[in-house]
Amino acid sequence: MVKILPSEITPEHLFLNRRQFMAASGALAGALALSACAPGLGGEPASEIGALQPAVTAPLGPEKLPAALAYTEPTASSGQDELGDPLNTFQEITNYNNFYEFSTSKEAVASAAASFQSYPWQVAVTGLVNNPLTLDLDDLYARYTQQEHIFRLRCVEAWSMVIPWVGFPIAELLKEADPQSNAQYVQFVTVYRPEEMPGQRSNILEWPYQEGLRIDEAMNPLAILATGVYGKPLTNQQGAPVRLVVPWKYGFKSIKSVVSIVLTDTLPATTWNTAAPHEYGFYANVNPAVDHPRWSQASERRIGENGRRPTLPFNGYAEEVAALYAGMDLTRSF
Amino acid sequence: MAHAASQSRPRSRRGPDWFWWAVTAAALLPFALLGVQAWTGSLGVDPVNTVYNLSGRAALVTLLLSLACTPLNTILGWRRALSVRKALGLIAFFYAVVHTANFVGWDYAFDLGLMLNDALLSKPYLLAGSLALGILGVLALTSTRSWMRRLGRSWKRLHRLVYGAGALAVLHFLWQAKVGERWEPLVYAGLLAALLALRLPALRRRLSPQQ
Repeated sequence: MVKILPSEITPEHLFLNRRQFMAASGALAGALALSACAPGLGGEPASEIGALQPAVTAPLGPEKLPAALAYTEPTASSGQDELGDPLNTFQEITNYNNFYEFSTSKEAVASAAASFQSYPWQVAVTGLVNNPLTLDLDDLYARYTQQEHIFRLRCVEAWSMVIPWVGFPIAELLKEADPQSNAQYVQFVTVYRPEEMPGQRSNILEWPYQEGLRIDEAMNPLAILATGVYGKPLTNQQGAPVRLVVPWKYGFKSIKSVVSIVLTDTLPATTWNTAAPHEYGFYANVNPAVDHPRWSQASERRIGENGRRPTLPFNGYAEEVAALYAGMDLTRSF
Repeated sequence: MAHAASQSRPRSRRGPDWFWWAVTAAALLPFALLGVQAWTGSLGVDPVNTVYNLSGRAALVTLLLSLACTPLNTILGWRRALSVRKALGLIAFFYAVVHTANFVGWDYAFDLGLMLNDALLSKPYLLAGSLALGILGVLALTSTRSWMRRLGRSWKRLHRLVYGAGALAVLHFLWQAKVGERWEPLVYAGLLAALLALRLPALRRRLSPQQ
C-alpha cells in the first residue's frame, strides 16, 4: 500500500474557530479564516489558506455555530484515497451513522443528534500518566496540528466509506501526557448525557460507550483523534466534537464524542465486546478471513457503489499496522 | 372438496369486491413507496439497505396478515377476511422476491460465486431466508384453483407449510439483527406463535362462537 500522506492543507474549520466567527458576517470560509488570523486580509479565496494557528479573541457562543457552518463548503485536498477509491460525499458521510446514543437507525441519527451540545467540551487524559491533561477544544486545536487524513472506514456490518477526516495522531496527545512505564492500554469513554442522548435512556447497550486500544496501537500514526471532516468541524452525528478514528479496525472501535482517555495496565472493557463477546473481539481488526456470524467480512458494500468489493486485510493498511500483531493468532484474537 | 368449495367459491364467484381491492392496494403500498423513492432518487444513503428493510418487513407483515385471516373467520366469525387470504399470501411472496432480487442483483451484482461462498453457504440467516422463499414459492405456484383440485386433500396439508415459512422468515430476521434491534423480530415471532396457537383445535374450539 502507498504510504499515507496527510495533506498539508490546514482545514477550514480551524479558521471557523468558535471564538472568531463574529468577523465573518457573510464572508467565505477562507476569508473568515484569514480575517480571523490576520485582520485586514479579509476576502482572500479559500485556496490561499496556509498553516495557521487560530487566535483567541472574544468568545463565540455555541448558538452561533450552525450559522458559521452554513458558510463553509465541504473541501478535501483530493477526490480519492491512496488506493484510488473515490471519497464518499459529505452528504453520505453525515447521513449514515451508527451512533446508538441517538438512534439505532443509521439514517435517523443526524436529525436525532441535531440539538446535541458539543460546545463547550473537555477531554481528560488520566490514569497511568505522569502529566494528566484536561483539554478543551481550543487546546486541542491549538496544541496539535490538524491535518487531513483520508481513510477508509469499514463497518462490521459490511459497508464502507472513504472519509477525509481532519485530526491529529493520538500519539501526539499521549506523548504529552507521558504514559508511565506500566501503561499498556488506552481506554476511551464517550460522554454520558442521557438528557441529550435518547439512546442512553434505554438499555440497548451499557452506557457510556467505551472502547480501548493497546498502547502500541494507539501510538501508531494511523490512529487519530478526528475533529473534522471535509474541512469542517465534525457534525454531531459523526461524534462531535472529537472522536477516535482507527481505520484498520471495524468502525465500532472508532468511538465518538470522547470525553475521557485513561491509560491503564489492564485490558479495558469495551462496549460491543461486553454486549456480544463472540461477535465483537477487543481487537476487531478488519479481517476478511475471520467471519462474523451475520455479516460477511470477506466482502463489503462501498456506499455509493453497486455490487461488492473484496475486503482487504487490515482494511488495506496492513503495511502500516500488521507488525503490531506479529506472532498473534488473529482468528482467536479477533 | 366440498369443504374447500364451501370456503372459497361463493365469494370468489362474485369476483373481487371493494374490500378485496382495498386490502390488496394497501398491501402493495410499501412497493409503491419503494417505486416512488427509486424514481425520485430518495432511497437514502444506502439504497440497497433501504430496499432490504422495506421489502423484508413488508413480506413479514403481509404474511402475518394472511395468516390472521383464518382465525378472524373461525373465531370472530368475520368471513370476509377469507377473501383476502390468498392475495395477502401472494403479496408476501412478491415482497420476498423483491427482497431476494435486491440481494442477488443489487447487493451482489449477480456474482454467484461470491454470493455462494460469502453469504449463502456460511450464514445461517441466509439459509433460513432462502428456505422461507422456497416454501412461499411452492405455495404461490400451487395457489391456483387447478392445483387445489389436483392436490385434493393434500393441498391443505401442503399449505400448512406457510407457518414453517413464517418461522423461517422470523429466524432470518432475528439472526441478522444486532443486539438492541432484536425486539422487532421477537414481536413478529410472538405474533406468529399466537396465530399458530389459534389454529390448534383445542384452543380454536374454546374460542369459537357457539354454532
